[in-house]
Amino acid sequence: MRAVVIRFPGINRETDAARAWKLVTGREAKMVWHADTELPEDTDLVVLPGGFSYGDYLRCGAIAARAPIMEAVRAHARRGGLVLAICNGFQIACEAGLLPGILMRNAALHFVCRFQHLRVERADTAFTNAYATGQVIKVCVAHGEGNYVADDETLERLRGENLIAFRYCDANGDLCEDANPNGAAEAIAGIYASNLRILGMMPHPENLVDPLVGGSDGRGLFESLARALVESV
Amino acid sequence: MKARVTVTLKQGVLDPQGKAIEGALRSLGVEGVASVRQGKVFDIELATRDKASAEEALKSACDKLLANTVIEDYRVEIAG
Repeated sequence: MRAVVIRFPGINRETDAARAWKLVTGREAKMVWHADTELPEDTDLVVLPGGFSYGDYLRCGAIAARAPIMEAVRAHARRGGLVLAICNGFQIACEAGLLPGILMRNAALHFVCRFQHLRVERADTAFTNAYATGQVIKVCVAHGEGNYVADDETLERLRGENLIAFRYCDANGDLCEDANPNGAAEAIAGIYASNLRILGMMPHPENLVDPLVGGSDGRGLFESLARALVESV
Repeated sequence: MKARVTVTLKQGVLDPQGKAIEGALRSLGVEGVASVRQGKVFDIELATRDKASAEEALKSACDKLLANTVIEDYRVEIAG
């Protein structure tokens, strides 16, 4: 059960992701540098972490998406390998063509950093099997460009193929406008690739794994991954 | 050889930054501004003197990195 966290210049949540993985699975995640061209052979899960790769120059995630390691990440994804892309990682995954659409500037133009409720849209994936469909979880968001945008055809496909992973909601699970921190289309907080093996999400489950910091609802995501990997062996 | 690449948001893509600039111009009393769309300009110096190969390199630069063609259009101008 090997998790690899990719380290790009300017990211800052890589140790949080590795810590969450260790807390839940008892195993160390391996850090891999962006300029490397190969993943460890036993890689099961690649995490593209949050932060500000290359200072968000050009477009968020645009330069990191062209880093040497990304060819290996694409190959891993083509083999059906698991990829968890969080926040800047989600932006990188979209820029790299691993996921459709793009994350644009928050509609209100402010950087938003707050606790955030999410509705789990389906609980039958490698990322969410420890949750229940429709369950409301409390994690956090911290981003300036999380406004998910895609053309109508793509949104239609995401809905039709049930590829929306999480939606922004209030504590009761309602999708009211106030609960959407960035104006994302359809209150989309996270989406899957068609094979359900890649998850991109703006919120940070890795930061809500310890009651000391306000909740541990994020643990379920890492528990889900651990379970999925154990069962696949 | 010098070139300028202009990247702009496609029609219909919401541009909150452009909207904010539009509002600021209005509050400054600048009149007659109907709307603002923000874009990016890249001034690029090319090693080649051959226009065709310059065009090819610039198109490749735009498609691979400078523009995200999901939401952006680009225009390439090569100076004389």
